[in-house]
This record gives sequence, structure tokens and C-alpha cells, in this order.
Amino acid sequence: MAQISATLAGKTFRFLDLKHVLACASPRRSGDELAGIAARSDAERVAARIALADLPLRTFLEDALIPYESDEVTRLIIDTHDRAAFAPVAHFTVGGLRDFLLSYEADTDRLHALAPGLTPEMVAGVSKLMRNQDLISVARKCTVVTAFRNTIGLPGRLSTRLQPNHPTDDLRGIAASTLDGLLYGTGDAVIGVNPATDSVPNGLALLDMLDGLRARYDIPTQTCVLTHVTNAIELINRGGAVDLVFQSIAGSQAANAGFGVDLAILAEAQAAALALGRGTAGQNVMYFETGQGAALSAEANFGVDQQTIEARAYAVARHFQPLLVNTVVGFIGPEYLYDGKQIIRAGLEDHFCGKLLGVPMGCDVCYTNHAEADQDDMDNLMTLLTVAGVTFVITVPGADDVMLNYQSLSYHDLLYLRSNFATRPAPEFEAWLARMDMTDRNGRVNIPEQHLLRRMIGHDAA
Amino acid sequence: MPPDPEALKSRDPWAALRATTNARIGLARVGDAMALGDVLAFQSAHALARDAVHAALDTTALASQIAGPVITVRSAVPDRETYLRRPDQGRRLHPDCASLLPRGDYDAVFVIADGLSATAVATHAVPMLEAILARLPMLRVAPVVIATQARVAIGDEIGERLGARLCAIMIGERPGLSVANSLGIYLTHHPRIGCRDSARNCISNIHTKGGLSYAAAADTLAWLMREALHRKLTGVGLKEAAGDLIGDRS
Repeated sequence: MAQISATLAGKTFRFLDLKHVLACASPRRSGDELAGIAARSDAERVAARIALADLPLRTFLEDALIPYESDEVTRLIIDTHDRAAFAPVAHFTVGGLRDFLLSYEADTDRLHALAPGLTPEMVAGVSKLMRNQDLISVARKCTVVTAFRNTIGLPGRLSTRLQPNHPTDDLRGIAASTLDGLLYGTGDAVIGVNPATDSVPNGLALLDMLDGLRARYDIPTQTCVLTHVTNAIELINRGGAVDLVFQSIAGSQAANAGFGVDLAILAEAQAAALALGRGTAGQNVMYFETGQGAALSAEANFGVDQQTIEARAYAVARHFQPLLVNTVVGFIGPEYLYDGKQIIRAGLEDHFCGKLLGVPMGCDVCYTNHAEADQDDMDNLMTLLTVAGVTFVITVPGADDVMLNYQSLSYHDLLYLRSNFATRPAPEFEAWLARMDMTDRNGRVNIPEQHLLRRMIGHDAA
Repeated sequence: MPPDPEALKSRDPWAALRATTNARIGLARVGDAMALGDVLAFQSAHALARDAVHAALDTTALASQIAGPVITVRSAVPDRETYLRRPDQGRRLHPDCASLLPRGDYDAVFVIADGLSATAVATHAVPMLEAILARLPMLRVAPVVIATQARVAIGDEIGERLGARLCAIMIGERPGLSVANSLGIYLTHHPRIGCRDSARNCISNIHTKGGLSYAAAADTLAWLMREALHRKLTGVGLKEAAGDLIGDRS
């Protein structure tokens, strides 16, 4: 490969290879500093962007960041790359792609057609040349529609995962948090619980309860117990009511091995869930979570910056036609994303990269107590992501996840987003809320009448 | 006249459900927003959690409560911000501290480390230590080591220098909103620099607000330590042997 360099104020900065220039071009973040691959100065960072802007997009097809021979994620990316879809942008540089994405010409249909022609590395690269507003306006033009028991991702819609976690998996406690969320109109993306105990018998008990609740009220949504994919296969074998198969994934084969998965086991799980035929509106049966820092924390980043290797996880996700994918952006900790500024930037990058690659991208807008962040930062990120057309966000009672010990969004936050940005839930779920007298004529969520509350609570959990 | 709180409570359909979970369910609404009382309650909990993360451990006060010899060390981390950004430095001893740890013939060393909650350590480490020592009277135990700005893996270097067959590190866990002073214990057989996390056993969630009691944690730890010495391993292999006793905590 030709020398990569750029001159800024009379000083020439040289970059060893594609991986190096990508890492240096990233906005500052603690994870890349921890890995020892971040730009050493602000000037070097901007010089890297200047150099990156002039690189031909074809470079990304020629120089694999992680070798093809040793990494099945690289093989997946290269082997499934759609050259015909790539053709309209094949002659561009990374900077040229940035300009094209922002042009009026790049409308929803063109971006949809382009998605299979883009690789995660191209998308990550171009994101480094984009300001937050660019990430928002391009993502907003991307539409990714998926379906299982309802339809997710239609324009003007914002879905939510209802996350009713409980520190000891108490079924009544989980039911109580679920009912609370339903009364706020949340849960159309999925009612998904992270079990405190990751075992098959416990998973069966949780699934039975959630599926029973869904069936009793005829709720057009899907439920999920976020257990390891091998447990999900076992749950299916034992007749469990598995709507969606969940798995955490990352952007290298070795990082996925750290999660105890590979592409073959994901394919096996997808086939098993499809065979159940439980979807009524569609057959997208997979749910993935990702997050910047996952690969580095597994010591499986291979010198690739954390945002680029995160985008590679979306290629894994895309291959399995998921219903939902979300980044757990602020969850992994301050050694990867130090403060509110870094978390917000990463949330917008992840959403942009996912959408541009054709993934139904949502976000767990969240932080931990050792990060320099608070609920004001979450207000900012959820607002920006809603403007960007995020597929779904995660909500928990009072923004406080009492099992995983971190803060996400509250049920109330969803009402704020609905009111201020005219975003509606999935159409099937919206109709259900109206049928249940839970919304008024304008689609606004009612403060529940005592009788409705007593009926639902009395029936289920008291 | 203000409404009778008892009467209000009986009209609150959430009252019975609140006993089932400590999640913030059934909160009030003002328009779309959370009622101010709930907002301030949340901010109070967050403030306590953050203060716990940033509090410094009073090592002198802690050492004075421990019967027997105590050695105090620190990690390579210079300050709290670096601690949060650089877990790698928090796993290594400061070079000045290496000579404080003379090699001996020990079954185990107990390390008390601030981790992410000095308040957890200040509150729970001493009673926890007493509970475990009472259960293992025959053990040849190294001097207790107090480590500041420390991560779990600092126990590997400490254990290696002391020549201890087991290292049990008691460390402050990342504070949550409901509990800011939860203690965790990690047990490692044949501690040495570079041990993988999968080679450890963990007992977490030790605190007095509905968490694991000192006695229950000490029973589990004593079992794990005896078995680890006998089988010469910790981690996944020992967890499988332990089965239901240690459940799914590691």
C-alpha cells in the first residue's frame, strides 16, 4: 500500500497502515487510549482525517484489518460483499463517500440499495469524517424495517424494549415491572429480561411467565430471555416459548469466542427459532447486543480501534436478519468511553454505522456509576438519537436497572420522546394500546384509571 | 387538612407490588415527566454511588481494626481518574511496594482492596475477614494486605510475591443506585501475574441491605478454599464441582 500521510501546519504525519490511520482519526476516547492506539495529539488526529479522506474506498476491500485466513468475521465481510451494490460508489474516496451520503441524491432508496455494497470498515471510516449532525442526518435517511409479531422501524416510529430485570429473577417482581412499563406504552420492540441466573430451568420459568402475560392480553409484541445462545437452543429443545434468540456479539472471531459463540452456532440457533414459526408479522428471530470496548476487553481487538471493530459486529448481525440490534453504549465502562461526551458520540456513531449497513439499530442509552455521566447526558443522547430515527431504545422502571446496576432510560423518558418528536410505536402495538384504552384519541398515554390498573395488577401479580 | 398517608397508601394499587421488587415501579407523573420527589430520590442515590466510587480508603483506620500483621500497598495508579481510565495499571503493584511483600510458606493471603467502592471495604471487609478466619483455623495465613487504587488482578502479583497458594481478594464492587457498598470476593489458586479471570471464583453482592450475609459468604468461601487447596485449582473447574453450593455467582 502507498504511504499514508498528511501535512498539517508544515508538519507531516505518517501512518503505518489503514488500521493505524483509522485509529488516529477516531474522536478521542478512553478505550483507544487504553489500547495505546489513539492519536497522540489533536493535530495528529486531524491529520489522520485529512489522510483518510483521500483514501480510495477500494482500499478497504484490499487491506483486511484482521487477516482473512484467521478470522471468520473478515471472511464473512469479504465473501458477502455485494460488488454490484458497491459499483455506484466504487470510484469514491472516503471523503467522497461522506459528501455523497450527505447529498440530496442519497435518498432512502439509494441508501437502502447501497447497504450490501458497504463494508463495516468503510462505514466506520466515513463516520470519522462526520460531525454529530452528519451522523444524525444520514442515519435519519436510512429505513430498516423488520417484523416478528409487529413491524419495527417504519418511518416516524420509535419502539422500546421493556427491560423488567430483577436481582433474584422473582417472577412477581418481573411481572410488576412489566405491567408498569406496559401502562406507559413501552415494550413494542421486545419485553426482554436479563436473567440474574443464566440457567435453562430459570429461563423456562421466565419465558412461561412472559409468554403467558403476552398471550393473556393478546399483546402484539415479542418476549425474550436474554440468555446465552446455547441456552436458547436448549430452551427450544425443551419446548420453551422462544420468540427471539438473543446473543451478545463482537467484531472479531476471537472476541466472539470470548462470548462463547461463532457464526455456526448463531446459524443453528436462528434455524431452531425459525422452525418454531412463532412470528405472525414476519420472521426476524434474532436479537443482538454489541458495544464499543467489547473486543478490547476480550483482548481480541488486534490493534483495530474500538469503533471500527464495533462496526464489524454489525456485519455479523446483518448476516442473521435480526429483528433488533442495539449497542449498550455506556454500559461497558469509563475505560472505554470515559464521559458523557464520549458516550454520546459513540451512540451516534454506532447508530449511524448500523443503519447504513442495513441493521435495525437501537440503543441502550445508558451509563454506569463510575463514568463521568448522568441523566442529563442521557436526555441529550436519547433526544439526538430520536432525531436520528433510532429504531428502539431500552426503558426500565425509573431509569434504574436494579439487577445490572446501571442507569438507562425511564418509562417517563419515552413519553417525553413521544410528545416532543411525534414518534409512535409499532402500528400493531399502537392499535393494541388504543384498544386497551391506554392511549387517548391523540395517541397520548393516559395516566391509568384505577380500575384498569387494578384489573391488570389484580389479575397478574398481586 | 393534609390527606391521611395511610388512606393514600391503601388507595395506591402499587403498594402490594412494591414488596416484590426494589425497582422504581409505580412512580407518579407530571405531564410526561417524573414527579420531582422521584427525581430527587434518584439523584440522591446517584450522588451516594458516585461518592462511593471517588472516596479514598482510610487504610490506617482499617489496619487498626485487623488483629495480626498488616501490609499496606498501592497499585501503579497515581490518582482516581487514572484508576478509572487504566485498569491495566490498577492490576499492577507500584514498584516501591514490591519489597514490602517477603516470600513465605503460606496457604493463603487475604487482600483487602478498595476497588470501586472504598465505603464497601470500610464497612464489610473486617467482619468478613473475621468470619472466614474463624472457619479456617488451621490455615497458614500471610499478613493481611491492604491495597489501594487496586483491581482484582493485583492479588495475582501480591500472592506471587508472598508465595501464597491461594489469594482471596475482598474488593469494593461497582456501586449501584440501590446499594453503594457491596463487597465482592475473588479466589485464585496459584496466583501469578497474567492469571485469567476464568481461573477465579467469585462471591459477589455481600452487603447488609438484602445482600449475601457475612456468614453465608464465609461458608461458601471456606468451602471453596478447602477444595481449591485440595484440588489445586480455582475457576470454571471448581465451580462445576461446587454445583449448587456456589450457584451461578462466578
